[in-house]
This record gives sequence, C-alpha cells and structure tokens, in this order.
Amino acid sequence: MPDPKVEYRPLTPEEEARRRKRSVAIALALGAMVLLFFVLTIAKLGPQVLNRPL
Amino acid sequence: MTSATNTLSPAVASVGGDVPDYFALLKPRVMVLVIFTALVGMSVSHGHVSPAIGAISLFAIAVGAGASGCLNMWWDADIDAVMTRTSSRPIPAGKITSSEALGFGLFLSVASVMVLGLAANWLSAALLAFTIVFYAVIYSMWLKRATAQNIVIGGAAGALPPVIGQAVVTGQVGIESLVLFAIIFIWTPPHFWALALIKAGEYARAGIPMMPNVAGPDSTRRQIVWYSLFLAPLGLVPVALGFGGLLYAVVGTVGGIGMVALSVRVLKNKTGEAEKKAAMGLFGFSILYLFALFSALLAEQSLGLFRAVVA
Repeated sequence: MPDPKVEYRPLTPEEEARRRKRSVAIALALGAMVLLFFVLTIAKLGPQVLNRPL
Repeated sequence: MTSATNTLSPAVASVGGDVPDYFALLKPRVMVLVIFTALVGMSVSHGHVSPAIGAISLFAIAVGAGASGCLNMWWDADIDAVMTRTSSRPIPAGKITSSEALGFGLFLSVASVMVLGLAANWLSAALLAFTIVFYAVIYSMWLKRATAQNIVIGGAAGALPPVIGQAVVTGQVGIESLVLFAIIFIWTPPHFWALALIKAGEYARAGIPMMPNVAGPDSTRRQIVWYSLFLAPLGLVPVALGFGGLLYAVVGTVGGIGMVALSVRVLKNKTGEAEKKAAMGLFGFSILYLFALFSALLAEQSLGLFRAVVA
C-alpha cells in the first residue's frame, strides 16, 4: 500500500527502462550465484562423488 | 501491490541508477589490479589448487576489493564531489544514493568473504575481511582525513591481495607473498605522492591532508626519493630468495633504476611545466614498474621462463 503521507509521482519511461534493466541484472546475478555454488560444490566433492555403490 | 503503485515512486526519492553505475561503484580498474596481484601471489606459492577453486577464489577476492571500493565511495562522497578526478563518480553525480551504495557494499563484502571461506579456506577469507575493513574503516573513515601518512599506512590494504592469493593455495602465509606485500607497500607512497604533487590544490580544497599539503612539496619530493631508493633493492629480494629468476632480475633492475632516476627528476624540477611533467612521468612509470615486476614473476612461474639466478 502506498503511504498516504508521501507524495507519489509516476515513473518516466526512462526510469521504468532503468528499473527493468536492474531487475534483469539482479536475476542474472542470482543465476550466476547458483551456478557458482554448483561448480564450487562439484569441485569440492571431486570426481569420486560419482564412484559410489548404488 | 497493485500495478498502479508498481509504477509510482516517492516524488523526492531516487529511482536507482543504471547497471553500469553500480559496476562503477566497485572501482573496476582496481579490481583488475587486485585479481592480477592475487594471481601472482598464487603463482609463487608452493601448492596446488584446482582451476575451478582458484577461479572462484580470485572472483571472490575481486568482489571483496570492489566492495571495499564501494564502501569507500559511500563514505567519501562529500570529498569526491569537490575533486575533478572523482566528481563524476555515481554518488556525487546523483546517479545512486548513499544508502544504496552502503547496502550494495555491505552485501558484497559479506558475500565475498563467505564465498572465499567456503571455496578456499577461512584464513584467506579472514585476510579478505581484514583487507575490506582496513580499507573502508581504517583508511577511508579514519586515516584519509586525519594524517599525511594516510596512503602510507592505507597502502597495506592494496598490498594484501598477493598474501590472500598465497593463503588460498597453501592455507598459510609464506615469505614469498610477504615480500610481494612489502614491494607494493613501499611502492605506494612514491606512486600516490607523485600524483598528489600535481593535485595538491584539489586535495587542499577537499580538506585531505596529503603529504604535499602538510609537509610541503619539497619534503614530499625528498620522501619520494627515499622511498624509491628503498624500493629498488627491495624489488630484487625475490631474486635473492630464489622465486624470482633471470627475467625478473632484469626487469627489477631496470625498473628500479628507472624509479630512482624519475624520482630524482621530480626532486630537481620544482616549478612550472617541468614539475608537472616530472611528477606525471613518475606516476605513469610507477604503474608500469609494478605491472612489469608482477608480470615477470607470473611469466616465469606459469610459462616456464624461470632461470635461477641464485643457486
């Protein structure tokens, strides 16, 4: 809910575009972080992780 | 939240900067230098680390350095605004608010230390945390505005990446990285003071007690020569300790002589265009000198160019 005490104004198209780009960058950064932790986990475990009795 | 409120913003608030503005907060050129010196610290270490762990560790070190740069810009926004060199940075330019920069810097600080700790070891993570705190708190918040020795002591933060690099590979701090630390530490004053001689007016306007403003240009020039005289032989210690080879010895000798010669030129040229030319000459050469020293070490260690000078 918008705060009734605060004066609001609509975003300009340029500001909206900037916000969209920031959102995309945050999404990409989160994806990169997931990938980083995946690679880190595999590298830490080593190749022997696949060599186990079923 | 309704779609209507989604496109509204408090009238007086910033709606946030562009993605490149946030990247600029991290001082990307400093990050590149940090990656490079940390990599050299890793390469001179006796140990092994997998390429994936090494790359992730370097990335974490770079992000940690960027985070400390971001916190520095948050704290120094007032003085950045009055200096031409820094007035276009995102905060004084009004592209990003101080609180956004603070949040961004703190998040990246914690994240980089955690990632380095998980990827490599907690000694290197602790060293990275120390580097961030030293740069953002000890240097930026305290020393920079308090003493003419600001960049001398603060230089420790810029000198630590090779030590962190060695800690990543070996899990400990060895003599090799401590020598590299000492070289960067002693290199910092002549490098920065050469620039400060030219920018003394700006630093005075910003209220920063740089050496030329406090002790005077003549004293600064003499100190630059003393530091260079100390730096030239110090730059050759890796040869004496056996981890710098023939290529490094040549680069270190020629570069060391160059640093001393250009420092003496700064001492002799005290007025007009000649003063500016001498100071900027030393400033530019000092960057080349450090880059050449570390490149020689990296080339010797990673390209098999090492030829021992000391048995």
